[in-house]
Amino acid sequence: MEPWPDIPGPDVNADAAPYWAAAAEGRLVIQKCADCGTFRFYPRHLCPGCGGDAAAWTEVSGRGAVHSFTVVHRAPTPAFRALAPYVIALIDLDEGPRMMANLLGADALETAIGDPVGVVFQERAGGVRVPQFVRRSG
Amino acid sequence: MLRNKAIIAGAADSDIGKLPEMSGLALNAQAAKRALDDAGMTLADVDGLLTAYSLTEPYFMLGTVLAEHLGIAPRYCASLVVGGGTPGAALHHAAMAVATGQAEVVLVTAGENRATGQSRDAAVQALTQVGHPYFETPYGPLVPAFYAMVARRYMHEYGTTREEMAHVAVRARDHAVRHPASPMTDRLDVETVLASKPIAEPLSMLDCCLISDAAGAFVVTTPDRAADLFHPPAWLWGIGESHTHEHITLAPSLTETGALRSGRDAYAMAGITPADVDFAELYDCFTIVPIIEAEELGLAERGAGGELFASGETAIEGRLPVNTHGGLLSYAQAGASGGLHGIVEAVRQLRGAQGERQVENHDIALVHNEGGVLSSHCTMVLGREKR
Ligand SMILES: [Zn+2]
Repeated sequence: MEPWPDIPGPDVNADAAPYWAAAAEGRLVIQKCADCGTFRFYPRHLCPGCGGDAAAWTEVSGRGAVHSFTVVHRAPTPAFRALAPYVIALIDLDEGPRMMANLLGADALETAIGDPVGVVFQERAGGVRVPQFVRRSG
Repeated sequence: MLRNKAIIAGAADSDIGKLPEMSGLALNAQAAKRALDDAGMTLADVDGLLTAYSLTEPYFMLGTVLAEHLGIAPRYCASLVVGGGTPGAALHHAAMAVATGQAEVVLVTAGENRATGQSRDAAVQALTQVGHPYFETPYGPLVPAFYAMVARRYMHEYGTTREEMAHVAVRARDHAVRHPASPMTDRLDVETVLASKPIAEPLSMLDCCLISDAAGAFVVTTPDRAADLFHPPAWLWGIGESHTHEHITLAPSLTETGALRSGRDAYAMAGITPADVDFAELYDCFTIVPIIEAEELGLAERGAGGELFASGETAIEGRLPVNTHGGLLSYAQAGASGGLHGIVEAVRQLRGAQGERQVENHDIALVHNEGGVLSSHCTMVLGREKR
């Protein structure tokens, strides 16, 4: 999927290191509570469902739906400005958690709420790979 | 229970607009002096100080920095950071402090030189700080993008329109031009708002608040001082807070916010219902926001907030005047100052005699502050007399 070589990769904090390591391999992994089975994102020490502190990084389907989105015209940095207009969306994963991402692909600007989407892995500066989404038909 | 336990004895704004000759601390000090003058007090009366935060000046302990700048040594002092919700939260803390004898006179200030205190790119960088540094910022949002997603979802669920949102901006400007300190002096129309430059769809430039150099201040004290003041005080009837998330990705809902709970708590403490409110100073960082707040605070049915603004009922001459000073959209927004100007305006309207922007019925004011991305809420009910 279209690389953004001028956009830096994310800062990686300790909670999220396994998430980004999996992304580098083209896998989307989410913490799943070992006590009650609740998926949680973004990565956290305690389960928001039961308070448990045991979790397993679990590969998820990478499928979801657009909960909301915006087409950005005013961008935060020169590198993002060069990409405008671009789409930011809140994606509800089939497994439950919500995450923010860009919608990529030639048809991204035609996005509507409820559109089904699937994860892709986008290369950024330094070869870092970032989970992103594209609309999928059907 | 804080009903009748605290009064706002004085309130004022600093100069507002573009003020490169003043630092953020100087703006806070100017507002503080004016608020104390308004109360008939001096800095020597102040034994408590609460302030907010600054994204333009590199001070770590802003509460004690401001105390030092003012030349006072309070026994109760802190900087609070719940974004635009900070002034309301500070009123809550100040009321608790005076009600429990931890302080007798608490000065609250907020604001900064947001317009001129930093370069354009630095301002943009600062705006991104409300985003999650690891899981939102990498996707290129500015604050308007977060609120744009709220607006899009709200339009989807309730049919709110861009035209209704534009009416919020038009009304705010109409009120601002009647304010003697307003930097905005030209009226707007709906077409101009809709045609303004897109920022993050569906929000355009005129759906977004100003970026100002500004500060505001108010003085909180005990009711036994009410008779000694320059002006009749504003009585704190009710106040409530709710903090549901910080980052929009983890908001429990994009269309139901903490305003429901903060409003319920404030009304219950005040012993009133939404129908009793004479006028409201809502938080309007973006045009969608006061529409949602009006609904959640019971001023309109769910889904009817846009119509409330489009109908003209929120005009100063209307049934329920809203944002009588022009709000963040058309009066001032400098970090945490935005909501504080609403508190100042409520105090002034309760007293009366505000010239061409004075509302007719001015016994009960509703004020709402909101910070983050619909994250931290504070609802206040203020009365002209003791409840
Ligand atoms: Zn659990």
